[in-house]
Amino acid sequence: MPVLIATDVLVWLLVAAGSGYALHCRRHAHLAAPWARVLRSPPAIASMVVLAFFVGVGLLDSIHYRPELTRKPEAAAKVYSVEVLSVLDWTLSHLRGRTEKTYSAPLATRSFAKEQVELPGGKTARAFPRLRSGGAHLAKEEHWASDVGWRIFRGLSFAAAILLAAAVAVKVLRGKRPDVPWHAGLWALGCVLVLLLPALVLSGGYHVLGTDKVGNDVFYQALKSIRTSLVIGTVTTLVLLPLGIALGIMAGYFKGWVDDLIQYLYTTLNSIPGVLLIAASVLMMQAVIDRHPELFATAAHRADAKLLVLCAILGLTSWTGLARLLRGETLKLSELEYIQAAHALGVRGGRVISRHILPNVAHIVIIAMVMDFSGLVLAEAVLSYIGVGVDPSTSSFGTMINSARMEMSREPVVWWALATAFGFMLVLVLAANLLADAVRDGFDPRVRVSALAKAAA
Amino acid sequence: MFAYVLRRVLYAVPILVGVNLLTFLLFFVVNTPEDMARMQLGAKRVTPEAIEKWKAERGYDLPLLWNGQAEAAGKATQTIFFRKSVRLFAFDFGASEDKRDIAAEIGERMWPSLALAVPVFLVGLAVCVSFALLMAFFRATYLDLWGVVLCVAMMSISTLFYIIGGQYLLSKLLHLVPISGYRGGADAVRFLLLPVFIGVVAGIGASSRWYRTLFLEEMGRDYVRTARAKGLAERAVLFGHVLQNALIPILTGVVAVIPLLFMGSLLTESFFGIPGLGSYTIDAIQAQDFAVVRAMVFIGTVFYIVGLILTDISYTLVDPRIRLQ
Repeated sequence: MPVLIATDVLVWLLVAAGSGYALHCRRHAHLAAPWARVLRSPPAIASMVVLAFFVGVGLLDSIHYRPELTRKPEAAAKVYSVEVLSVLDWTLSHLRGRTEKTYSAPLATRSFAKEQVELPGGKTARAFPRLRSGGAHLAKEEHWASDVGWRIFRGLSFAAAILLAAAVAVKVLRGKRPDVPWHAGLWALGCVLVLLLPALVLSGGYHVLGTDKVGNDVFYQALKSIRTSLVIGTVTTLVLLPLGIALGIMAGYFKGWVDDLIQYLYTTLNSIPGVLLIAASVLMMQAVIDRHPELFATAAHRADAKLLVLCAILGLTSWTGLARLLRGETLKLSELEYIQAAHALGVRGGRVISRHILPNVAHIVIIAMVMDFSGLVLAEAVLSYIGVGVDPSTSSFGTMINSARMEMSREPVVWWALATAFGFMLVLVLAANLLADAVRDGFDPRVRVSALAKAAA
Repeated sequence: MFAYVLRRVLYAVPILVGVNLLTFLLFFVVNTPEDMARMQLGAKRVTPEAIEKWKAERGYDLPLLWNGQAEAAGKATQTIFFRKSVRLFAFDFGASEDKRDIAAEIGERMWPSLALAVPVFLVGLAVCVSFALLMAFFRATYLDLWGVVLCVAMMSISTLFYIIGGQYLLSKLLHLVPISGYRGGADAVRFLLLPVFIGVVAGIGASSRWYRTLFLEEMGRDYVRTARAKGLAERAVLFGHVLQNALIPILTGVVAVIPLLFMGSLLTESFFGIPGLGSYTIDAIQAQDFAVVRAMVFIGTVFYIVGLILTDISYTLVDPRIRLQ
């Protein structure tokens, strides 16, 4: 039975809006030109490929359903599990089901902690027990190295096959669009595939990145966390953009008391330390959600409501920067001749804003949207770490780091959960930052640092 | 100028009222005065009488925002919000809910906060400006390119990683400094080294890249070409002309931050167990000590507004073309 979750709906709406915008841009040359500049930048192409992998995982994880329970033949109605799963869970069901008792190192066959085990003679001894699923298919543990090697080889050969196909496709595409640096995309695709496919093949028999304290597979958790990060980074802008655009342009265009009021609003919001404001709002909303459990069908719905509320709060507290930028730009624009001319011809305020001002500040909005993404992903981790972020049952990089916070003080060190969370986050944020830079250079006529540098040199 | 500053100070009053109201609402939507009393009294001594007494002693027995029973103006003044807020404007913070003097506490905790924030600020500024100058000097070379890549990479790393990684590497593996904690006097240096180091490193990426952009923008100007044309060495151009002019936006940009140094860093202080104002605020939120939260948010807002005014004044100081009216 398919399940509709609020953030899923928003995510797919965003995808639809994004596709619509892309189509719109294709039809209008002046809108396509800055994107064409972005596409000429090798880092942008490379980071788009990496982000495509993240978005793909996130979208797979955004189609939810409740699996049908095996029912007795006499029962008339279908019975569904209360557990809400996503398509990603279904594709990775071999990872979700197989848990260990506690920590185990990446690719290990034996547990990380010693336990009482029964020896064949009836005696007990303290030893490292074999894992339930990590390497359980091995008849003898000596085969470990050859098995792992064989799986990596298989993964790499899959990767090579896909890359070969991609290279052929690029050859064709290069003829059509010679200005796009396809090789950068190919390199990025190669890196993603070389890391991902062996990991996937290995995950069939091992815990590729180990297990955490309660025995869950870390690789699976990291993949699940991607959706949370993407939702926070994108859905928040859905709240932030309308507020920032409407208030910023209104303040700059109408001036007078409207301007005073809006300036007052954002100075007040800005002067409260951000973390405090977010923490207080999140605690408040969580208390409201916890007091009304009847509003939510399943635990997944409740966790999702908390995620949505977190996005809303982040959006409500961070529109001020965009509003201030847009206010300044609108103030400047509204003094220009063409706006004065529009006024002189008797064009109404609303129409001046939508026809003349909005299109001319669009580049600021796009740049702000792309630049905010990485900041929001990083903020989620910090907030979840101090306990005012997402629901503990939602996997996110912040909750992963939070539950692993004490592991660095263990002997020997349990490094894999932290390293995985930080690694995934670094790749995601780095790709987003590189793309944001390219977008800014493509859209902002003033910030052409490289061009300036060449002129100065 | 004086009239301008006076007007800005007067503008601050409605902002402070707004901030106060917001803090008040956020705090009391979740908590009722009864919840606070229960939390403060502890599980053992909770009786209805004790709660009533606790509330009466601290003035929480009035309605929150609107007193329907009182006379005329009393409807707005005989409330918790009014009673608790008015005194703040005279910088009279009163006592925390466990009856400690907030002003004295702030005076004491200010020093560890400053001891952490001022070195982070100064060292960070020096490091970032030098790094940005280096990149600008070698602009359009591989050094510059990889410098920018390094900046972007450092921006992309979570602060949590810097903290956890730094604690692990320097404290646990190398045993150079204590993991966390604080002690006054000369000992403080040992405890502060790691948080200061991490604070500086975590800020390098974003600031250096921003400063580099400023330097490059400045290098494209006409006076730089003139300086080169009259035969000045690249070094003299960079340090004699570009640096001085590019420092204007950098300094006016950081002026706003200076007053906030008093508030300390909420996150770093609570991670490293430094008893400054940042961790004071976090502790107060966890203990539901409204008096302290309110006082800290109030002071934070005051500093923020002072920062804004200082920024405006600093613009007129460095650029005589700007006049405040």
